[in-house]
Amino acid sequence: MALIETIDLQQKYDKQYILKSIDLSINRNEVFALIGPTGAGKTTLIRLLALLELPASGKIYFDRIDVTHSKRLRLEARRRMSLVLQKPVVFNMSVFDNAACGLRWRHENREAIRQQVNSVLELVGMADYKNRNARTLSGGETQRLAIARALAVKPEVLFLDEPTANLDPVSISKIEEILAHIIREQKTTVVMATHDMAQGQRLAGRIAVLMHGEILQIGSPGDIFSLPESRELAEFVGVDNILSGVIVARDDNLVTIDVNGSLIQAISNYGLGEEVHALIRPEDVTLAPHKEASSARNTFEGRIARIFSLGPLSRVEVACGFPLLSVVTKKSAEDLSLTVGKKVYATFKATAIHIIKRWN
Amino acid sequence: MTELWQGLVKAVELIISLDPEVMVVAGRSLRISATSATIAALICLPLGSFIHCHRFPGKRLLINIVQTLFSIPTVAVGLFVFVLFSRAGPLGGLNLMFTPTVMILGQVILITPVMLGLTISALSGVDKAITDTAIALGASGFQMAVITLKEARYAVVAALIMGFGRAVSEVGLALMVGGNIKGFTRTLTTAISLETSKGDLELSIALGIILISIALIINIALNRIQQR
Repeated sequence: MALIETIDLQQKYDKQYILKSIDLSINRNEVFALIGPTGAGKTTLIRLLALLELPASGKIYFDRIDVTHSKRLRLEARRRMSLVLQKPVVFNMSVFDNAACGLRWRHENREAIRQQVNSVLELVGMADYKNRNARTLSGGETQRLAIARALAVKPEVLFLDEPTANLDPVSISKIEEILAHIIREQKTTVVMATHDMAQGQRLAGRIAVLMHGEILQIGSPGDIFSLPESRELAEFVGVDNILSGVIVARDDNLVTIDVNGSLIQAISNYGLGEEVHALIRPEDVTLAPHKEASSARNTFEGRIARIFSLGPLSRVEVACGFPLLSVVTKKSAEDLSLTVGKKVYATFKATAIHIIKRWN
Repeated sequence: MTELWQGLVKAVELIISLDPEVMVVAGRSLRISATSATIAALICLPLGSFIHCHRFPGKRLLINIVQTLFSIPTVAVGLFVFVLFSRAGPLGGLNLMFTPTVMILGQVILITPVMLGLTISALSGVDKAITDTAIALGASGFQMAVITLKEARYAVVAALIMGFGRAVSEVGLALMVGGNIKGFTRTLTTAISLETSKGDLELSIALGIILISIALIINIALNRIQQR
């Protein structure tokens, strides 16, 4: 059985449902990410799983024991896990004492505490700060200390609520490095909430998408990002091309979709006459100055409507009967001398399109 | 003006010469008030933590009542204790009237509201994230209360100082239930009150200076402790 399991978990504040019937099961040693927009209920779910608050209804099992209500069982279970809050705070004491808190509360002996605390501070690169008052640390350092403090108790599950929100890029990559190291070396079960999809993709083995208090999809990062199950999910995971159309022909599983008069070929099991969305990730759309012979089934002539620069990448919007976004590297944008108004051919494979049913 | 000047000179003489009577009275004042403040602290720290950590119906009302009692007149507490412990009162049989014990008891009643109220507001000043963090790190209810008190230590110590200050400086209660008996229940404040009405301003001023000095020393000492 899973290490953590929830059954029909609900939470409400002031009669307003924040979480609706959450059924989750998280396995031992997996890295599980909860992604979703701000306000989706990620923090509330993490707080429920970390036994920080009581649910309005439903059950939580930790290691096969129902820990939903018993005060004693909750404390026992809580001592086998730890949590890093979204905005971590430190106690007004030294860095060492902060990291030692959890172990002291578990009545470990002094020598064991000293060794363990030194090793976790070493791990997060804070060994030199041991005697400093923790209140004097910067944001990134505070976050690292909070992670060290949570790891010091050797938790079976580590909960991380937005571990890199509000940090600068350098601190973010440092924290991610530490987390990747922990995941690799310590085989701890990790449950993290993040609104940064790329981070979820980088760190997690399995992802659940939470929106409006409901889990909409659970799957591997690959599935979540390439095969979103609804338009809303597709928008959230960054599928910028969402084309609405109708299936007008099919040959085995190769279907032809009429999008505003343009015909697109894709792979799908939906039948004739079905109203669908065709989802195409912008990185799967290639641009060329001439029509090229290619195995890709979809090539459209169009003019460049807009170009946005995204640092090393450029987003190019092509008007080809419907707006189509493509992402190319800055280098190739220059090589192709892409400018607004220029005529280009946009190409994408039938297999790069994910078809979902349209619900009106 | 000359009286005041003479008073100051006399006061300094009395203090420098460690005048035995002055010292005995000062020592007694300190002892009685420190004892009441300690007892009140032993009640208020756990009780304040308990009230802060628990949600129950009437909590807001309870806190309002406690805050109202901040300004209870010392003579009102004096009257209450007097009625309880006077010969004909329900606890008259204990024969505690006009003893330091009953003064301590009265002072505990007097300063508990202010200490309790300020302790609760000190604890409410602690970021909710601190208690969440403690719980998440596996603190039990008691361990969480301790860390919360520690985090609020500056404000908590201020609450204790406030309580002690009110005890050492009050006169109505000490006079009513202590009786200002020389060598037994005479304290700095009752002595000042008596000496002033007798016209001995020098002694009153000396005692007043000592009273303020005691308050100052206690403050400095507690501030030292909390800064560690």
